[in-house]
Amino acid sequence: MSQAAALDHGLHVEPAESPLTPESWGKLGMWLFLAGDAMSFGGLIVGYAALRMGTEACTGVLAPPACWPTPSTILGVPFTAVMTFLLICSSVTMVKALEAISHDDRAGLRKFLGLTILGGACFLGMQAREWTHLLTHVMTLTSKGLFGSTFFVLTGFHGFHVFSGVVYLSCIRGNAEAYSAENHNAVEIVGLYWHFVDLVWILIFTFVYLV
Amino acid sequence: MATEAHDHPNYMAIFWWLLGLTIAELAVAYMPMPKSLMIAGLVSLAVAKATLVAMYFMHLKFERRTLGLIALTPPILLMMFVVITYPDTAWRFVSGLAGH
Repeated sequence: MSQAAALDHGLHVEPAESPLTPESWGKLGMWLFLAGDAMSFGGLIVGYAALRMGTEACTGVLAPPACWPTPSTILGVPFTAVMTFLLICSSVTMVKALEAISHDDRAGLRKFLGLTILGGACFLGMQAREWTHLLTHVMTLTSKGLFGSTFFVLTGFHGFHVFSGVVYLSCIRGNAEAYSAENHNAVEIVGLYWHFVDLVWILIFTFVYLV
Repeated sequence: MATEAHDHPNYMAIFWWLLGLTIAELAVAYMPMPKSLMIAGLVSLAVAKATLVAMYFMHLKFERRTLGLIALTPPILLMMFVVITYPDTAWRFVSGLAGH
């Protein structure tokens, strides 16, 4: 029976709920977007792995582009470890922000979202510092064989996600007055995006910097 | 619309685990060991960290199972991708397979 016909008969028709996330269609939408985004990042990371596995490692006798340099000899691993720590902390503050608004604490929401944005912005600043150092002293998009291009494309794509996340978080924080214990799906959804960005960085840090 | 009541996980405990696993990764990366063992160690630690973030921070542990299947699909597809491309790249220098 169509909805119009049902209403004509005075029957109550339940509104359609998101099948997997009953409280929010937006949450399901974000999960589906993240699954697609994971394929994008995954394609880049697997591409990096395939290209690296197909090239001999530099052992001192050979030089790029005949060989693939060991990343820890070119990249600053301790500096990047601090960046990783920063992003993990920002994930914690994000989760604290959600906890705050689920208890109707709007001030707490603003505080913890602010800290999350600060963490993201500091990460971007550190990434900019790292890129500047690399581009002026070490390698460009086309140097060190394919390592240059794969490194800058992968970290650049991720950095763009962090930048977008910082903008997105700022919009949500600007709208903090609209959220409450009963209505904070938007905060949970931005949290999903931010944790995904952190998760991808965990994988990039491991596969590009450490391996 | 009322939100479901559920236990909040101990977020700070998850943070300490993530910190500890990151330090362990750095230790594995810098310790002298066979390359294959190092890679196995780093991959396991990275997967453990990613799982913690997904299950607790992204709340997957408390969601419906089918949502977990959506989240699990990309890693499965990507592992297939790795297996499929491996023969083309990693065996490139084995004589007889590299082509003319």
